[in-house]
Amino acid sequence: MWTIENDSIESISIGAGILGSGGGGNPYMGMLRAKEMIRKYGPVNVLSVNELSISDKIVCVGSIGAPTVGIEKIQGIESYYALRAIEKLLNFSATAVVSNEIGGSNSLEPIIPASISKIPIVDADGMGRAFPELQMKTFFVYGVPPVPMSIADDKGNVMIISQANDPKTVEDMARSITVQMGSVACYAFGPMDINQILNTAVLNTLTLSKNLGDIVRSSIKTNNNPIESILKVHSGKNLFEGKIVDLERKTIQGFTRGKVLIEGLSEYSGDRMEIEFQNENLIAKMNNTVVCLVPDLICIVDSEKGEPITTELLRYGFRVTVLGFPAPKHWTSEQGLKVVGPKAFGYDFDYSPLLFKELK
Amino acid sequence: MRIGIDVGGTNTDAVLINNREVLYKAKNLTTPDITSGIINSIDEIVEFAPKRFNVESVVIGTTHLINSLLERKNLSTSSIIRLCLPSTTLLPPMVDWPMDMKEAILGDSYLLHGGNEFDGREISKINKDEIVRVTEDIKMKKISSLVINSVFSPIASGHERFVANIVAEIAPEIKITLAHEIGKIGLLERENAAILNASLVAKATEMIAAIKKAISIKGLDAPLFISQNDGTLMDSEYAARYPVFTISAGPTNSMRGAAFLSGLKDAIVVDIGGTSTDVGILVNGFPREASISVNIAGIRTNFRMPDVLSIALGGGSLVDEKLLTIGPESIGHNLTKESLVFGGNKLTTTDIAVAAGLKNIGNFKKVNNLNGIMVNKIQNLIKKKVENLIDRLKTTVDSVPVILVGGGEILIAGNLFGASEVIRLQHADVANAVGAAISQVGGQVEKIYSLENINRENAIIQAVQEAENKVILSGGNPETIELVEKEEIPLSYLPGNVIKIRAKVVADLQIA
Repeated sequence: MWTIENDSIESISIGAGILGSGGGGNPYMGMLRAKEMIRKYGPVNVLSVNELSISDKIVCVGSIGAPTVGIEKIQGIESYYALRAIEKLLNFSATAVVSNEIGGSNSLEPIIPASISKIPIVDADGMGRAFPELQMKTFFVYGVPPVPMSIADDKGNVMIISQANDPKTVEDMARSITVQMGSVACYAFGPMDINQILNTAVLNTLTLSKNLGDIVRSSIKTNNNPIESILKVHSGKNLFEGKIVDLERKTIQGFTRGKVLIEGLSEYSGDRMEIEFQNENLIAKMNNTVVCLVPDLICIVDSEKGEPITTELLRYGFRVTVLGFPAPKHWTSEQGLKVVGPKAFGYDFDYSPLLFKELK
Repeated sequence: MRIGIDVGGTNTDAVLINNREVLYKAKNLTTPDITSGIINSIDEIVEFAPKRFNVESVVIGTTHLINSLLERKNLSTSSIIRLCLPSTTLLPPMVDWPMDMKEAILGDSYLLHGGNEFDGREISKINKDEIVRVTEDIKMKKISSLVINSVFSPIASGHERFVANIVAEIAPEIKITLAHEIGKIGLLERENAAILNASLVAKATEMIAAIKKAISIKGLDAPLFISQNDGTLMDSEYAARYPVFTISAGPTNSMRGAAFLSGLKDAIVVDIGGTSTDVGILVNGFPREASISVNIAGIRTNFRMPDVLSIALGGGSLVDEKLLTIGPESIGHNLTKESLVFGGNKLTTTDIAVAAGLKNIGNFKKVNNLNGIMVNKIQNLIKKKVENLIDRLKTTVDSVPVILVGGGEILIAGNLFGASEVIRLQHADVANAVGAAISQVGGQVEKIYSLENINRENAIIQAVQEAENKVILSGGNPETIELVEKEEIPLSYLPGNVIKIRAKVVADLQIA
């Protein structure tokens, strides 16, 4: 068990930004909200899955909506309303909450209901990274039902989706309710028991994001190479280092799509990397050869500071390093790839895992 | 004819301009009271052209008020009304402020009913009794400055205006800052910018009254205008209400002056002063705006600020010949006493420029025995630093023209990497005052449209029209209106097509 305090919130938001693989949104508001909750209600505990008991009832919470709206109509305790609604509907008391998505600002969302209800957060999540849609969760791929799901707005209004034929339908319904609710809302579903968490969640990701954030922050302070430090904390590959020379970005049906072209520097001088993204980075090609692709994680970080750069913040001239991390095993199975493999994002080739690829 | 004056940290520069011609330029030291420096400059101009000219307007650019923010001095206590209930209560006003700044400004904040959703629906109705109660409370506490910020007010400003009317009726002495007139979408950053504005209103009113008095003593009956951060001007009464719009006018005026003097509308401007170098990018004759939040005196804000990168490199920057480093320390305006070429004992970048034969100022013999290899290396380092800034500002790999302005432009020889050409100007040393003199009236609109209710073309027409109305209201000549910026940004994670449109128009000042 460990405890989330002010300082760990800063680290988690940096680490979660790296694991967001370009997506997950700007964590600044999430960070302020989490800090405010802890100031009001006190620190929140994090339990590893081994510390759970057979009687634990764990509810998953998350935020859904448009980040542009979220910086104006700043979210409050919607995720607590959503949790309460599920508890009331199914007549139980949650003993812990868990994050739906470790990548980006959703990593901090469970702090809100956990701090009010004085319950711990489970050290796990349903993605191990960031993905754009609700159905893209390991929980659902491995059999946790997405319904009943509660969706709450900032005024305390709640809507329950009690039945849906598949997780994608839940996403469609939740998305349109969210617009009605002013384009930001929070949801909750569950409860799950310890076995469901063990069998479906990506484990220890809150600790991982905190450790990543800690090492990036201490590297900045001590002037150490943050890239090497990141790779010591989480094993992956340094795929490329260079300068952004071209950027193409457009919004299609509510999703940001585009690509970024990076020209190599130092040991990659003379090489080029192109990364295609659709909210998250999906595919990285070096000199026209695919070197890393979804669901493996493609993370663009500032070469000097190691801080993550989301797709909306990419800009010409940035000096960046591209890191690749293998996807959680949940995603590389046949069922997993069906939901988040290259084909799910419109590519017509198959997934091949990062670490088997020969690089440079 | 127009007079343009730029009050900088060290110098107060002034120019007299007729059409495209700089008739006279004056450089005087900036005085702590601001006004003496301005009077000295006007004296010089009047002496040069006594009664021979007809001055249409005087435009002054001064970033002086930023000092109040940096030093946390002379700030008015301000109260904040946020119209939001029952939403947006978790993060109260000033939640992310440094403690000392919070203490320098703090009045009470009130979260009240009101505000809108992204599509214009009301979050809740305004409760008039609530407003009356709060106004009486503020009045009783004798707080003279008030911010009103309503959720999504950049899209729907009605609630802010409605509440302002109620407050003005009960307590006309309270100076009101409406957040939607200050900042963009982003509730906290807009609120922060509005609070900074409210805290400066008293100081600004005093400063502008002093400047007005100084000018009238000189017998100039021309109207006074103040430069804004975005390169347009505002009349002195408006400026007293919106002082926060003046605090970055200096770099903007340099860039606008560079555009005017060079005739280029798209270029990068490098302004090298005594202690620092500012680099900005001109798009269609105006500085590109910073797209992300801008930190002012430790506070995140999002109002219209030029996208300027600054480093500690200027003509007075100290050079370490052993470590081969430059700055960040600078001897600033003591350059003419303390640097080697002026008989002092401090090695500065200006000494390097003289040693390299780029410029003949002071006594070049004093730098004769400097190590040639060191001089060369420092020269290259200066260039590298400037080239690096240029590269960070560019948006594509293409080379762009680079205009050098400011007294420190002598530090740069030859071409710069990333520049298609390097342009040096005749009046580069007063580009900022020229920029002030030529300011136009501006109007800007930023709105979100759902394309289910209006088609794209009509949405753009509507936004542009609104910006044009703003310009005319602010004294622009309708016949000279020019659209200088039009941008549409689709919003992500929203089904249906929702876009944000930004439009900016400018016009020449209508001279009555």
